[in-house]
Amino acid sequence: MSDTMLVDQVTRALAEHCDAATMREVEARRFPRQAWDALAPMGLRLALVPEDQGGAGLGLETAAELFMALGHHGAPVPLAEDMVAAMLFAASGLEVPEDGVLTFAAAGGTVPWGAFATRVATVHGRRLHILAGGIANGRASISGEPRDVIEHATTLAEVTLPESFGDGSARSLTALIRAAQIAGALGAILALAVDYANTRVQFGRPIGRFQAIQQQLAEFAEESACASVAARSAARAADKRGLAGAAFEIGCAKIIAGEAAGKCAAIAHQVFAAIGITEDHSLHHFTRRLWSWREEGGTERFWAQRIGAEAQARGGAALWPDITARDEGIAP
Amino acid sequence: MEGLRFPLRDPPPAAALRARLRDFLREAGRDWTPEIRARSWMGFSREFSLAVGREGWIGMGWSRDYGGHDRSAMERLIVLEELLAAGAPAGAHWIGDRQSGPLILRLGTEEQRRTLLPGIARGELAFCIGLSEPDSGSDLASLRTRAERVPGGWVLNGRKLWTTFGHLCDYMIALVRTSPAPEKGARHQGLSQVLVDLRASGITIRPIRDLTGEEAFNEITFDDVRLPEDALIGQEGAGWAQATSELAFERSGPDRILSSYPLLAESVTALRDDPAAAEPLGREVARLWALRRMSLSIAGMLEDGEDPVRQAALVKDLGNSYEQALPGNLRRMADMDTMPEEVRRMHAYLTQVAPTFSLRGGTREIMRGIIAKELGLR
Repeated sequence: MSDTMLVDQVTRALAEHCDAATMREVEARRFPRQAWDALAPMGLRLALVPEDQGGAGLGLETAAELFMALGHHGAPVPLAEDMVAAMLFAASGLEVPEDGVLTFAAAGGTVPWGAFATRVATVHGRRLHILAGGIANGRASISGEPRDVIEHATTLAEVTLPESFGDGSARSLTALIRAAQIAGALGAILALAVDYANTRVQFGRPIGRFQAIQQQLAEFAEESACASVAARSAARAADKRGLAGAAFEIGCAKIIAGEAAGKCAAIAHQVFAAIGITEDHSLHHFTRRLWSWREEGGTERFWAQRIGAEAQARGGAALWPDITARDEGIAP
Repeated sequence: MEGLRFPLRDPPPAAALRARLRDFLREAGRDWTPEIRARSWMGFSREFSLAVGREGWIGMGWSRDYGGHDRSAMERLIVLEELLAAGAPAGAHWIGDRQSGPLILRLGTEEQRRTLLPGIARGELAFCIGLSEPDSGSDLASLRTRAERVPGGWVLNGRKLWTTFGHLCDYMIALVRTSPAPEKGARHQGLSQVLVDLRASGITIRPIRDLTGEEAFNEITFDDVRLPEDALIGQEGAGWAQATSELAFERSGPDRILSSYPLLAESVTALRDDPAAAEPLGREVARLWALRRMSLSIAGMLEDGEDPVRQAALVKDLGNSYEQALPGNLRRMADMDTMPEEVRRMHAYLTQVAPTFSLRGGTREIMRGIIAKELGLR
């Protein structure tokens, strides 16, 4: 199956099995069993596992499109976490479990979907620990998605990740997933907002006819497109140069996505006005996820400090040559 | 509608070309003042453009038959990027290379191609674009300058305004009315593009001093100016469609992202020991990277023969906002009084001209209107 076909197939399946009710279920701390049982058989767990280990051997660029498709529906199932955890298993030479739910986290951080996972991969530098059970409900994030804490887990295995993963692989992978999910969610919100602006009538015409609304939604579309290009480009860089080698691009993508999340959530709520603040309306399931996701995998501030400090250390004369060399496959 | 397609595209490995460009620009730029570098492609130097032409870096994508160099669109993009990153005064050939040349190549007669393109590619012929008029800015289709057919050619009357470098250029390609607008609607009909030799009699060029005290734009008055038969470019009456089809090229380039880049580079160096500047500088760098990826995506679509005119409007607006915000953002990182002279002078210059970034090539409001229409609003 081609990569595009897989992305299309997953996009259709998500549309069929996930809606606002699925997001509500997650926020009530119930595992979305129906959606998971419908989607898990598509075999995405093996998507990022190399072919010689029995996987599909897809790259992160294709995965980023899957993450965007998930984000478009509010990522109400832990498919991204499961897929990436399986990649970590395989990369460190472990057999990928067939059943259950997998997730991953940086050592000491909260574990997305941890209380529902059968196996958790925690990343300590380049060491990977595989844990079973012992995960308690954590504090809820803004979105109410499960972000859990490890209490007394049993360690089943301790292995080492390849050098190309570097020391910050859990953060980079989380940043990549969330940046792409933000881009996907922005697409969904934009479609909702345009539809609303074209139907809500005030002063005798749809509010979408007013330039004030048009200009705001155009700005939304710009930020959304930029986040999408950034997330996919970062994933592509990781495919080419490994996670450690693509930390710059991943950080840039997370900054752009985080900034877009803030700006676009504000615009969406302005366009929807009071109805968008109600519990009944589905907008908040998306906007609350934007506000949560931008906090994970390193904030804009975290990455910007790092990227800025690197640029300072290299000096202004190296800035442009470094940016162009990265895209042209020359190590800066 | 959820937004526009942006397929990813990587530039080709071009280490050798970039190295040649950087050597050339280091040498050529030895004496560039901070103001020259901050002015970037709004700086006009015949001497510099001739040198760029000698290197084969103008009209790169055009056929050798017309003085071009048969290089790829991506190689051309690399040249533009390097000129901009260095803050090179590339204005004397910028419009000819970006817009007028490609237009003549696509729609000109064989005669027009042979007489004009080689001169542009050598950096000898400078072009300007005649669009705005005293009463026609964003509402371009309301323009009133007209060319009337007479035996053996045309007679041109009217006025163009804000024409960048009009007093320094050799030719203008003007959008003018060649037949009256129909009574109802369709004001876009009856417009044509004509080539005007700016040395022709009946032309008065009045430079207009700008807020920096410089004279970069003009008012150009046409008083019964005789144009030859072959002044028409493309098809009579198709001027609007022709002019708008140039827009994807005009709006998507790196000149919509990198106009203030030399200031960013100098600031990174000046602030290298300030830990508090790391974060805000990092945000600037991240956006520069992301915008460049968008620009590459559009270059890829153009190379594939697509017409990404709406994507170009989107990236232009994002890019303009970025390059325009830099001087203000920098003030939050440092007191300009404490900065080295190079940074201070670039900053002072860019603070004054940055408002033009979201005006030239179509205003922010027009760009956002195009995007809103694409989204299905209106």
